[in-house]
Amino acid sequence: MDALFLSRIQFGFVISFHILFPAFTIGLASWLMFLEGCWLRTRKQAWMDLYQFWVKVFAISFGMGVVSGIVMSFQFGTNWALLSERAGSVIGPLLSYEVLTAFFLEAGFLGVMLFGQKKVPAAVHFFCTCMVALGTLISTFWIISAISWMHTPQGHEVVGGIFVPADWWAIIFNPSMPYRLAHMVLAAFITTCFVIGGVSAWHLRRGTQPDLAARMLKLAVAFGVIAVPLQVLVGDQHGLNTLKHQPTKVAAMEAHWEDGPPGEGVPLILFAIPRQAEARNDYEIAIPRLGSLILTHTLDGTIPPLTAVPPENRPPVAPVFYAFRVMVGLGMLMLLVVTVSAFAWWRGWLLRSALLLNAWRLLSPAGFIALLSGWYVTEIGRQPWVVYGLMRTSEAVSPNLTTAQVATSLASYASVYAVVFGAGIWYLYRLLKKGPQPHEKAPDPEGGLKTPARPLSAADESDIAERGSP
Amino acid sequence: MTASEWLPVVWFGVIGFGVLMYVLLDGFVLGLGILAPFAKDEAQLDHMMNTAAPIWDGNETWLVLGGAGLLAAFPKAYAVVLSSLYLPVLLMLLALIFRGVAFEFRFKGQGFAKRAWGAAFSLGSIVTAFMQGVILGALVTGLPLTDGRYTGGAFGWFGLFSTLTGAALVFGYALLGAGWLIMKTEGDLHRRARSMARPLVLAVLVFMGLVSASLPFLDSRLMSRWFAADNFLWLSPVPVLTLGTAFLLWRDALPSAGRTPHDARPFLWTLLLFLLGFAGLLLGMWPFIVPPQLTIWDAASPPESQAFALWGLVFLLPLILGYTAWSYSVFKGKVLADAGYH
Ligand code: HDD
Ligand code: HEM
Ligand code: HEM
Repeated sequence: MDALFLSRIQFGFVISFHILFPAFTIGLASWLMFLEGCWLRTRKQAWMDLYQFWVKVFAISFGMGVVSGIVMSFQFGTNWALLSERAGSVIGPLLSYEVLTAFFLEAGFLGVMLFGQKKVPAAVHFFCTCMVALGTLISTFWIISAISWMHTPQGHEVVGGIFVPADWWAIIFNPSMPYRLAHMVLAAFITTCFVIGGVSAWHLRRGTQPDLAARMLKLAVAFGVIAVPLQVLVGDQHGLNTLKHQPTKVAAMEAHWEDGPPGEGVPLILFAIPRQAEARNDYEIAIPRLGSLILTHTLDGTIPPLTAVPPENRPPVAPVFYAFRVMVGLGMLMLLVVTVSAFAWWRGWLLRSALLLNAWRLLSPAGFIALLSGWYVTEIGRQPWVVYGLMRTSEAVSPNLTTAQVATSLASYASVYAVVFGAGIWYLYRLLKKGPQPHEKAPDPEGGLKTPARPLSAADESDIAERGSP
Repeated sequence: MTASEWLPVVWFGVIGFGVLMYVLLDGFVLGLGILAPFAKDEAQLDHMMNTAAPIWDGNETWLVLGGAGLLAAFPKAYAVVLSSLYLPVLLMLLALIFRGVAFEFRFKGQGFAKRAWGAAFSLGSIVTAFMQGVILGALVTGLPLTDGRYTGGAFGWFGLFSTLTGAALVFGYALLGAGWLIMKTEGDLHRRARSMARPLVLAVLVFMGLVSASLPFLDSRLMSRWFAADNFLWLSPVPVLTLGTAFLLWRDALPSAGRTPHDARPFLWTLLLFLLGFAGLLLGMWPFIVPPQLTIWDAASPPESQAFALWGLVFLLPLILGYTAWSYSVFKGKVLADAGYH
């Protein structure tokens, strides 16, 4: 237990919490844009009912995204001072552009989006929703660019230990960036899609708001049946790109320690217990040649094994290996559920199948789990490097930190996050359980939207209280 | 002058502007939290928080800009300041979490939960303000570096001076909050805010005096310019203007016989007061970004980084100021007690 190890745990902890909320709000913002757009076009009350419901979910989740994000923007300095000193010249400008093009945009239009429905015309309000949605996507662009540069650095020179930018275009559009961006945006959309579908299925099972719930479930199915296969495709391409630039990571994902006999290709390991110290697997269950087929698209292709690099350059294999299986497993499960649902919809029994509805209900947190697993693959798999091949994580930690200091901060973050985000998730749960309320808010004659008198929060106590309870 | 000479100067101004915007804008929101214990009841606290609900997020974003801008333009300063002031920064971040989520959560609960999130709002604001003052005080005192590495220890930031600046900022933000409430509310809350303004002006002046009086006793190089004989003369308008502004603020805080009370003036005078204090601080720091050793040129990132980020600023900052002003204008005017946002 030293300051380095605790800092790594702390970083992983705070960013894992952070990413859950933005991923959800990236998807929700676009969903809200879609709902309000449909309402503007058709003026059908159902769209507005759904908008009014999801905008409250959005507000809570956005608030948690913001406060956990503030922590992120100072973490590099508090715990990774040497990384900031050496790579701040590259990462800093990218994060500055994120603030300038995305965070201000979101924050500037969020107030009107949440509280200004009666104060501006409907079209202007829709514009604000669009700007917030755009902001979340621009934010994703810059942050993914920054992290991708750390994975596949290019476009810089190292002068006196400092990464001096030479070609910003090459830095921003570094080799892994397009794949990671596509995969991340799809992940955020899919995560949200499964929450929407799961909540709808839940309400259909309970018989509350069947019309609104059925409408949402169909939209989720329609979206999922396009996005999930696309994600599998993009994920495959992402993996091939990683194989090109970070072969050791891919070897860790596959727990591939050594080359097999020539001509036999690489097996796909379904299950194993990787032994880091002995550089081998126990209890391996594998399908011959399937690994070659997936990774090289041939039957006898090979990939560089873990033993190709010295032990001190290998990532911890077990977490990468398991996390990868969780992500891909969930991806396949999602694929199954959306395909069967689309078929059931076509045959007309989607809303009547208890089995399908339960599957949707159970999969509502699946996106979040897949998303986190994916990030663990990515981030743990690049160890021991923080800037791949150029700077080690152990060289990045703040030199003045003591173990006691980081232990204190880690314990504080853990307890504060447990209380704050625990409460937030509980409030979200109660809100989702209550579900959308039809005809709560009738459109205003002036074209604006009428919202009842309520305090500053976009969702207040009455929105999440159980119906019938005092 | 070469780019590597003037770019850091421009960026010193940019970071200064960002921090000033943060202090002014989030300052009044934090001020609401600091004044929260003086609310008559829960409904009045609702009313207070209502006045800031649609804009607080945007105000806080200036802090994020300060952080990201510092990382981009002065990575060494970002690294040294944040890692050496580890504990105050940690406490500030944790407090900001409670303050921020309270805006959403306080309205989800009844009874105990509602009161608890109200307390989180208030304590979060107070601790944030205090820690920001402590960070400022520690910076002014100077961070001891050996070969660019901080050698002051985990509690090197703690001292009488930084405690003083911490307390000063709490009262300063409270004054901003009171000015904001005078401007944005009517009725009982408005009267309460007015009655708090004068005591707060006094407190702020006392702390400003104490802070100034202890400056000569700090052995940091910083601020010595303030007392060098020839500098004192041309710098002297700053304290004089400060006193003048304080007088106007005192006068306009309460309506007096024969003068119509002006609701926006107390807030504007407070903004001016902060502006002057901040200008004094920057003049004293110059050309150091981390006194007493790192100048803005020592800490600067390569000109390629500073120039690239500056382009974005030049084009985007006017746009940002534009739509931010628009969003304020949507919510202009008095915020009524019972109404919330209709
Ligand atoms: C809903 C979330 C989700 C789903 C269903 C999938 N992924 Fe994924 N995956 C992510 C969410 C994610 C992610 C969280 O967004 C990651 C982490 C970093 C990144 O670029 O995307 C990721 C990383 C990631 C990586 C690591 C790339 C690297 O670190 O360089 C690979 C190879 C894949 N994914 C491949 C797949 C495949 C083949 C999938 C199909 C079954 C799949 N993912 C489904
Ligand atoms: C958002 C989803 C992300 C998750 C869940 C995540 C997770 C993690 C985890 C678990 C670690 C610890 C790895 C280890 O030490 O074994 C880590 C390290 C790190 N990540 Fe990420 N990460 C994410 C995104 C990012 C982004 C966007 C950046 C930068 C822009 C980033 C930068 C870093 C840095 C600097 C470290 C510390 C150094 C290191 O351990 O390599 N991460 N992350
Ligand atoms: C180390 C990495 C990261 C840092 C330093 C960081 C920083 C921040 C900050 C400071 C905020 C608050 C902005 C505000 O005040 O409005 C924020 C929010 C946000 N972040 Fe992150 N972030 C990181 C990782 C990520 C990742 C990986 C994503 C997405 C792929 C992401 C997407 C967002 C979005 C969309 C928001 C808006 C708030 C929300 O929607 O909840 N961030 N982030």
